[in-house]
Amino acid sequence: MSLAFDEFGRPFIILREQERKSRVKGIEAVKASIMAAKTVARTLRSSLGPKGMDKMLQSPDGDVTITNDGATILEMMEVENQIGKLMVELSKSQDHEIGDGTTGVVVLAGALLEHAEALLDMGMHPLRIAEGYEMACKVATENLDNIKTRFDFSKENIEPLVKTCMTTLSSKVVGRLKRPMAEICVKAVLAVADLERRDVNLDLIKVEGKVGGKMEDTRLVEGIVIDKEFSHPQMPKELKDVKVAILTCPFEPPKPKTKHKVDIDTVEKFEALRDAEKSYFTDMVQRCKDSGAELVICQWGFDDEANHLLMHKNLPAVRWVGGVEIELLAMATGARIVPRFQELSADKLGHAGSVKEVGFGTTKDKMLVIEGCPHLKAVTIFVRGGNRMVLDEIKRSLHDAICVARNLVRDNAIVYGGGAAEISCALAVEEAADKVTGVEHYAMRTFADALQAVPLALAENSGLPPIESLTAVKKRQLEEKNPYLGIDCNDTGTNDMREQNVFETVMGKKQQLFLATQVCKMILKIDDVIKPSDYE
Amino acid sequence: MSQQSGILSQGATEERGENARMASFVGAVAVADLVKSTLGPKGMDKILQSMSRGQEVTITNDGATILKSIYVDNPAAKVLVDISKVQDDEVGDGTTSVVVFAGELLREAELLVNQKVHPMTIIAGYREACDCARGVLETGAFNHQSDAEQFRQDLLNIAKTTLSSKILTVDKEHFANLAVDAIMRLKGSGNLEAIHIIKKTGGTLHESFLDEGFILDKKIGVGQPKRIENARILVANTPMDTDKIKIYGARVRVDSMAKVAEIEAAEKDKMRAKVRSIIDHGINCFVNRQLIYNLPEEMFADAGVMAIEHADFDGIERLALVLGGEIVSTFDNPSEVKLGSCKLIEEIMIGEDRLIHFSGVALGEACTIVLRGASTHILDEAERSLHDALCVLKETVADARVVYGGGWPEIRMAKAVEELASRTPGKKALAMEAFARALRALPATICDNAGLDSAEIVANLKAAHGADSSSRMGVDVVRGEAGDMKELGIYESFRVRQQVLLSGTEASEIILRVDDLIKCAPRQRG
Repeated sequence: MSLAFDEFGRPFIILREQERKSRVKGIEAVKASIMAAKTVARTLRSSLGPKGMDKMLQSPDGDVTITNDGATILEMMEVENQIGKLMVELSKSQDHEIGDGTTGVVVLAGALLEHAEALLDMGMHPLRIAEGYEMACKVATENLDNIKTRFDFSKENIEPLVKTCMTTLSSKVVGRLKRPMAEICVKAVLAVADLERRDVNLDLIKVEGKVGGKMEDTRLVEGIVIDKEFSHPQMPKELKDVKVAILTCPFEPPKPKTKHKVDIDTVEKFEALRDAEKSYFTDMVQRCKDSGAELVICQWGFDDEANHLLMHKNLPAVRWVGGVEIELLAMATGARIVPRFQELSADKLGHAGSVKEVGFGTTKDKMLVIEGCPHLKAVTIFVRGGNRMVLDEIKRSLHDAICVARNLVRDNAIVYGGGAAEISCALAVEEAADKVTGVEHYAMRTFADALQAVPLALAENSGLPPIESLTAVKKRQLEEKNPYLGIDCNDTGTNDMREQNVFETVMGKKQQLFLATQVCKMILKIDDVIKPSDYE
Repeated sequence: MSQQSGILSQGATEERGENARMASFVGAVAVADLVKSTLGPKGMDKILQSMSRGQEVTITNDGATILKSIYVDNPAAKVLVDISKVQDDEVGDGTTSVVVFAGELLREAELLVNQKVHPMTIIAGYREACDCARGVLETGAFNHQSDAEQFRQDLLNIAKTTLSSKILTVDKEHFANLAVDAIMRLKGSGNLEAIHIIKKTGGTLHESFLDEGFILDKKIGVGQPKRIENARILVANTPMDTDKIKIYGARVRVDSMAKVAEIEAAEKDKMRAKVRSIIDHGINCFVNRQLIYNLPEEMFADAGVMAIEHADFDGIERLALVLGGEIVSTFDNPSEVKLGSCKLIEEIMIGEDRLIHFSGVALGEACTIVLRGASTHILDEAERSLHDALCVLKETVADARVVYGGGWPEIRMAKAVEELASRTPGKKALAMEAFARALRALPATICDNAGLDSAEIVANLKAAHGADSSSRMGVDVVRGEAGDMKELGIYESFRVRQQVLLSGTEASEIILRVDDLIKCAPRQRG
């Protein structure tokens, strides 16, 4: 109602320039939102599960990305619609919080909204639906706690962890090599994990890639790989047992921040300045040498002259190393980051077992591999792949697997995958719904239906008859009271997910339920969408 | 067919399911067909006209070069372009084969998809087939590294096979020898940087030669010696115009002309001192990356030192490597500087141009190949071909396994894959059969390009391999029939073949997995 009438019957305008704004209200608004959310969810639906398909995305600049990672797809597809953006945010927050299950959460939210539409048509109030969903969500998460199992591993027994990572990787392009890749991820996580505090700092795991070679060549470097080379082409390409100095000051004459001029008006001054300049360089290099450093890693550039002097003094150096790498190097080698040459001293040096410059293929690309650091707290996964797209996709897949391993280190409770957890929750919610009277009863039943969308999509993507396989599993779960039965996506002949080793963390699953329910609630609460129409 | 979903921004399109798959198949197959006609010894060349103002023309049949130069809009096609680029970077040859192979795999996959086989099933079949084929390739490879004589022959054969599809085919004997000699000089270090290729128009391709020294395409300063024996060389990267003050914010501010002159004189003195300290190194040749002005040049001439200016960065690095000296930027400690040395520096003439020739260099690995040819286009293509050959040889030196060429490995792999298919239950077997057909498409394309009856020859090959599992039959393009590859000397590097197989399968897998194509709105350029 942007047009109202006062007591004399004269019209007046409440919302200014209303003709320039488009507006949807009431049930229409809710339905429009649901429509948009559904569209986004539909795009992702076919990427769910081990047999999920990939999406090919072309960026505005024409670059191509091929992925089946939910968060990446949504991020790259540049959703315009506001509700669509909410879904994008949803998968992003799942990504940030858990790092895996980004597709599942969107599919679930889409299904919840889709089913809510039917309830709306029954004349139910959107908020009541939302409340019902909340109750159902609570039941479902409690059920997750009931069916969860603990899962034991230690530094010696990494097998269970490897198996979990394999589940995550099986849906990705690296599926062919899930075993070695999963081992790499688990080893990387355990290398940096603090098992006492149950904490993993993911910053310490770097995933570097170089196009070319085979996926099989991917390996874990117990150290750091930086995409740089020695500053002087004639420096030695391999160093053993070196003391490392890490500098954040350039090998250049100082540049004061204040604006200044050095005026030269006599020949003496001119020469004095030259001498001063020369002594700067020798002084800097000498300081490094005096401190006992055998390798200098610098965040900034070198002047040609300094470069030569370093080479001359037999002091290998690396320049233009990025801030993140500098920090990692400092942590790994135990060196202190030195901001001024004056502060360089022997006790601020770190130590590295070996530093190597490695070349690849026929191009002249080189990288530095730094291994054998005393504080083995930083590791690098070095990825190889046939082309840039595969490489990026491998990196994303490994990231997911690493996140899963990290979550297990943090909290080792698991539920079984393949839709088993969803089906079990759906059964629990249905049971609970029967005890509830009122409108919420329907909402909770709907929630249970929506939960089954995940196993449905899984079955569909795997080429199984969706409804038949779902109902079969559901029946068996009810009869056998066995919450570990799920959809047999890999066609192995058993529905017991314990045998297939398909599981997910409770934390991730709960997060999915919470996030999806929240977003649903948020969308259902919208009853008026006002937006300025496009500029002419 | 594309649709506006209403969720994406204006101008963006989304294609789903069959349409998306169709779009990527069409794109990928189109790219594969584009380069298909360049495959094999009788493959044809393409003319590429650049879009830049000069409208320069490149004539080539190097798959990677062609694909790099064309603008493709289809995302699937880009995957193939990418794959050929990687093939080029990684092994240097087989750039066309990999694209054609991936294209054939997709063409076969399209038929299967139309028969309602799920793409994931096709992928599973392709993967198994690829593993099987790789095993066959490995068992079929042979290694002669222990026998130097035999190994050299292998290398020569590989070089000839690689070159035979290029412009150098007329003189392939000559160039194969060139390339093998150059690689053998590297003594297995695989450092292609030590091989320098110089292109000079004029003469004929046959006049190209390998020089054991190092040739620098630069001029010697005026009035300086043109020939130095037992040269001691200082390689430097230092400004030889005026030594600028690097301290930030320094500037000259004087109140009279006389002072300017004084400072100028001081500057000159500075330069003189620098030149003197350079000469004090006891050198008789000075090579600088940067310009050398007249004043220092004159001083060098007076001292009888040969001074070469403006050797670019690549040149300097290579020169330093070859001569065994270090690149110097300060000149205060003559005793500590490592000088480069060589037996003889002289000016030589190639065609109309004068070049500087360093012979008897410290690093025996270095050599220079001088290419001669009638036009720049020929030279460019010759360089590309030679580069391919060198890369392949380098790979072969690193991994000495060799296989026969002429479609021999493909026929062999196809046979094994087909046998595997006949043992495999389920729809996967269909995909495996398709894989075998795609493998056979490579020799068939070679035949087609040579104007031969591909069906006849491939069938004969198949029969020959079926009858005798250790058959060495492959396509003999010259006589137009199946021939013994060993007798014909058609060899290929195992690494190249393996990479073609793996990359091709990987690329087709990526494209097959796609069921949704989202194109963002093109960025507004303004």
